[in-house]
Amino acid sequence: MDSKLLHDLKKLLGTDEILHRPEELLLYEYDGSVEIARPTCVVFPRTTADVVAIVQIANRHHTPIVGRGAGTGLSGGALARHGGILVVFSRMNKILEIDVENQRATVQPGVVNADLSVAVAPTGLHFAPDPSSQKASTIGGNVSENSGGPHTLAYGVTTNHVLSLKVVLPTGELVQLGSPALDSPGYDLPGLFVGSEGTLALVTEVTVKLTRLPEAVKTLLAIFDTVDDATETVVDITARGITPAACEMLDGWTLRAVESYVHAGFPIDCAAVLLLEVDGLREAAEQHAEDVAEVCRAHHAREVRVARDAQERDLLWKGRKNAFGAVGRLSPTYYVQDGVIPRTKLPATLRRINEIGTKYGFEIGNIFHAGDGNLHPIILFDAREESQFRRAVATADEIIQFCIEMGGSITGEHGVGMEKDRLMPLLFTPADLDLMSRVRDAFNPAGLLNPGKIFPTTKGCGEIHVRPLPVAGASRA
Amino acid sequence: MNMASTAASSRLADIVGASHVVTNPAELAAFEIDGFKPSAVVQPASTEQVAEVVKFAAAEKLALIPTGARTKLAIGLPPRRYDLALDMTRLDRVVAYDPGDLTLSVEAGIPLRKLAAALAEHRQFLPLAAPYFNQATIGGTIASGVDGPLRQLYGTARDYLLGMEFVTGEGVVCKSGGRVVKNVTGYDIHKLMIGALGTLGVITRINFKTFPMPAASRAFVAAFENAERACDMRNRVAQSPLAPMTTEILSPRAAAVFAGAAAARIEPHPLPAGVLSNARWAFTAGFAGTDNVLDRYESALRQIAEQCGALEATILREEHVSAALARKREFVPIALASSPAATIMKLSVLPARMAEALVSAAKTAEAAGLQWAAMARGVGVIYFVILPEERNEDSKLRVVRASNQILAACSTLGGHATIPWCPTEWKDELKVWGLARADFAQMQKTKTVFDPGGILCRGRFVGGL
Repeated sequence: MDSKLLHDLKKLLGTDEILHRPEELLLYEYDGSVEIARPTCVVFPRTTADVVAIVQIANRHHTPIVGRGAGTGLSGGALARHGGILVVFSRMNKILEIDVENQRATVQPGVVNADLSVAVAPTGLHFAPDPSSQKASTIGGNVSENSGGPHTLAYGVTTNHVLSLKVVLPTGELVQLGSPALDSPGYDLPGLFVGSEGTLALVTEVTVKLTRLPEAVKTLLAIFDTVDDATETVVDITARGITPAACEMLDGWTLRAVESYVHAGFPIDCAAVLLLEVDGLREAAEQHAEDVAEVCRAHHAREVRVARDAQERDLLWKGRKNAFGAVGRLSPTYYVQDGVIPRTKLPATLRRINEIGTKYGFEIGNIFHAGDGNLHPIILFDAREESQFRRAVATADEIIQFCIEMGGSITGEHGVGMEKDRLMPLLFTPADLDLMSRVRDAFNPAGLLNPGKIFPTTKGCGEIHVRPLPVAGASRA
Repeated sequence: MNMASTAASSRLADIVGASHVVTNPAELAAFEIDGFKPSAVVQPASTEQVAEVVKFAAAEKLALIPTGARTKLAIGLPPRRYDLALDMTRLDRVVAYDPGDLTLSVEAGIPLRKLAAALAEHRQFLPLAAPYFNQATIGGTIASGVDGPLRQLYGTARDYLLGMEFVTGEGVVCKSGGRVVKNVTGYDIHKLMIGALGTLGVITRINFKTFPMPAASRAFVAAFENAERACDMRNRVAQSPLAPMTTEILSPRAAAVFAGAAAARIEPHPLPAGVLSNARWAFTAGFAGTDNVLDRYESALRQIAEQCGALEATILREEHVSAALARKREFVPIALASSPAATIMKLSVLPARMAEALVSAAKTAEAAGLQWAAMARGVGVIYFVILPEERNEDSKLRVVRASNQILAACSTLGGHATIPWCPTEWKDELKVWGLARADFAQMQKTKTVFDPGGILCRGRFVGGL
C-alpha cells in the first residue's frame, strides 16, 4: 500500500491499530454476504477524534474510507469495494450512558447489540431491535443498515429507536444530529442517516430509546402439514388485527437442517412451523396467545405447543436464530434473499418460490419474518461451479422480480449494499435514484465514503465475486 | 408574480384548466399567510399536474406554497415571497387500501376524516389523532409535523409512514420507501418530508401502515395539587408494565381551557362535569384492550395515583373517552381560540425533566404577568400556552421576554423549544424556531438538493430555509 498513507495512519494511531499485510486483511475482505473486497488497510479508532483524523487523512490521500462493525452484514455494506481504509469500530465499544428513568442510552458504535440489552436488563429495559446476529453485530452497524429482527414486527426496526447521532461527515466535520429529547426542530436528519448504509457519515455515538421488557411473554410453536396452511394462518392473524411480538416461519426443509444442528425440538416431519410470540400485560398476553392458537387451529395446525418456561422459549429461539449457521453446514455457499411482500400475498409467493426453485433445479429453504412479509429464501449452491452460481443469481433475481410484482421491495432489513445495487432500477425511477444520489453527494461530495454501494453501477452480475463461506457460520438474518 | 400575470395565468390554466386557476382577490384572501397573499391559487388534480405547475414556477422563479385545508398555515416564519398557492385538495383519493395487509396509500389532499372513514369500515385506523382533525388533510398534517395524544403508544408519523411520492422544487416526481411494512431499500427521504413544512417538496401521495382499532378503551384522570406530583405519576406509570395509549399532564388552566366555550365550539361532545378542576393539576391516561386488561389498568392506575398523593381519581368510559381524546387532540385550536394573542410554545425535554420544565416556564410566565396553560404529553413534549389578555405592544414585549427565557431554560435542561403559534405581527421578535441549531449547515445542504431555486415555502422553516 501507499507508504505515505500508512505513515500518516501510524503516526496518528500507533502501529497496533493498523493492519495492512495481505494475511491480516483476509479477515476483512468479506462479511455475511456472498461478496468479497479487500481493503488497503484496516484501522481501529478509539475515539471520535481518531475518526475525524482518519477521515482527514483519507481526504488528503484521496483514499476511500468504509466503516465496519462486526462484519455480519448481509449485503456487503461494510466491504471496501474499491479498496481504501476500513474503519473498524470494535475498540469504540463503550456504553457511555444509561439513563434508566428516561429510557435512553448513549453508546459508541462498536457496542454489540445484545450487550446493551444485557447491560440494561436489571433495570427492566432492553434495546428492542434484535437482528439474529445480535450476539455479534454492533449498534453502529445496526444504525447503518437500519437492522430489523424477529421482534421488529411489534417493536419497529432500528430507526424507530434512534434519537440522536454523533457523526463524522466525509468532509471531516463532526456533527450532532437530532437530540435525546423528541422532535428536534428542522429536518429529520437522523431519519435520513439511519439506514444510509454508511454512505453519508461515520457514526461515532448513538443515543437510543430503551424499551420496557414486557411483563409476560408467551411463545407458541404451531406445526403444519402444508406450507399453505402456515401462510394462510399468517394472513389471517394479520387480517384479524392481532399483532404478535414476533411471527416467524420455518419450512420443513429448514427445520430438518436446524434440528440436526440445534436440537431445538422442532418436528422434522412437518411442512412448516410458525414460531409466534405474544407479550404485554399478563392478561393481554394470555388472551393474545389464545387468539393466535385459535387462528392456527382454524387453519389445520397439527399441534400448537406453548413454551412452558423461559428455557423452552430460549431453545425455540435458539433454533430460529441459529438457522443460518445450520444451513451453512449443508452447503459450501448459500445465497439469502431479503425481499418483502404484502402479507396477503404470502401463500402465492411461497408457492411461486417453490416453482422457481424447481425451474432452476434448486431446493429453496424458507425461514423468515412471516408477520411482516419479509422473506428469506435460501438458495444452496456450490460457488466453485460457475454455472451453478449463475443459476443461483438467476433464481434469486426471479424471486425478487416476483416480490416487486406483488407490490413489494427488494430488501426488508439486509440493505442494498453492493449486492442488490443493480436491482435498484426495478424499484426506483432514474429520477428517484438521481435525487438520492444527490443527497449522498451533498454529504459525501468527494464520494470517498463507502463508494460503490446502494446506487447501481454498470456492473453485470457475472462480475460478482463469490467464494465459499466458512462453514461454521455465525448466526445471521 | 414577476411576469405578466395574464401570461402566467394562461400557462397555469393550460396545465390545470382555467376553472382551477383562481385569481379573484376575494378568494385569494383565504390563502393569506402572515399577511401575504398569493397572486394565484392553482388547483391541480394529479401528480403530473403538480409537477408541471412546480416546473413552471421554478422556470419563472415564482415562490410557491402547497396548501391543504389551510388550518396550520400560521406555523412558521412569514414567507419571504409568495406568488402561488398550490391547493392540493383535489388530490383526495384513496389510491390503494389492503385491509388484510394493513397498508394504505392515499393522495395528499385527502381529508383526515375521509381517510378515517375508509379505514373504519374495516375497523382500522391511523393513530395520528392530529389537531384540526375535522378539516385537515393528510398532506398538511404530515408536512406540518404536528403530533397527537396517541404518540405515547403508537409513535409519530415517522414510525408508521412507509413511503411517499413528492414533487421536488425542480418539478421532478420522486418517491422513496414503498408500500410494505418493512423496507430498507434506498434512503428514507420520506422521513425528511415529515415536518419540513413543504420546504423540500410537494407531497402528492403517502403510504401508511394502518392499525386495528382496539376492542374497547377507557380513560383515567387523577387530580394533584402540583405539577411535581402529576409528573411523578407519569414517571411511575412509565416504570410500570402498563403501556397506555396516551398520558398527559394538564395544568389547572388547561382544565379551564378544556371546559371553556372555545372547547365546546370545537369539540362539542362534553366531558363529564367535575373531572377536571381549574384549581388542580391532572394526570390523564387512555388505555385499551379487553375487559380484564382494562380492569387491570384501572386498578393499577388507581394504586399508582394513591402512591403519588392524588386528591381524586376518576375513570371515564364509553363516549367520554372519545370526548376526552378529542379535546386533547384539539388542544392547539382550543387554546388559540382562548385568547386574542395566544402564543403556543412546544417544549421538548427528557420525560423525567418535565416537572422542572413546567415549573420553570410557569414561573417565568407569571413573573412577566402572563396567564398560561400547559398540556404535557408523557413522552416529554409540552404545549405551553401563553394567554395574554390583549393583543398589543405591551403583551408582545412581555411574551418576547418570557419566551426567550423559556427557550433558554429548555436548552439548559438538555431539551429544545419552538413557538409554532403566535400572533403574526409578533413573529419578527419571537424566536419562532427556537435557538440556533448545531446541525443547521446540514439542513441547508439538504434544502439545496431538493429545492435549488428556493421556490418552495421560501423562508418559512428553521433558520429561514
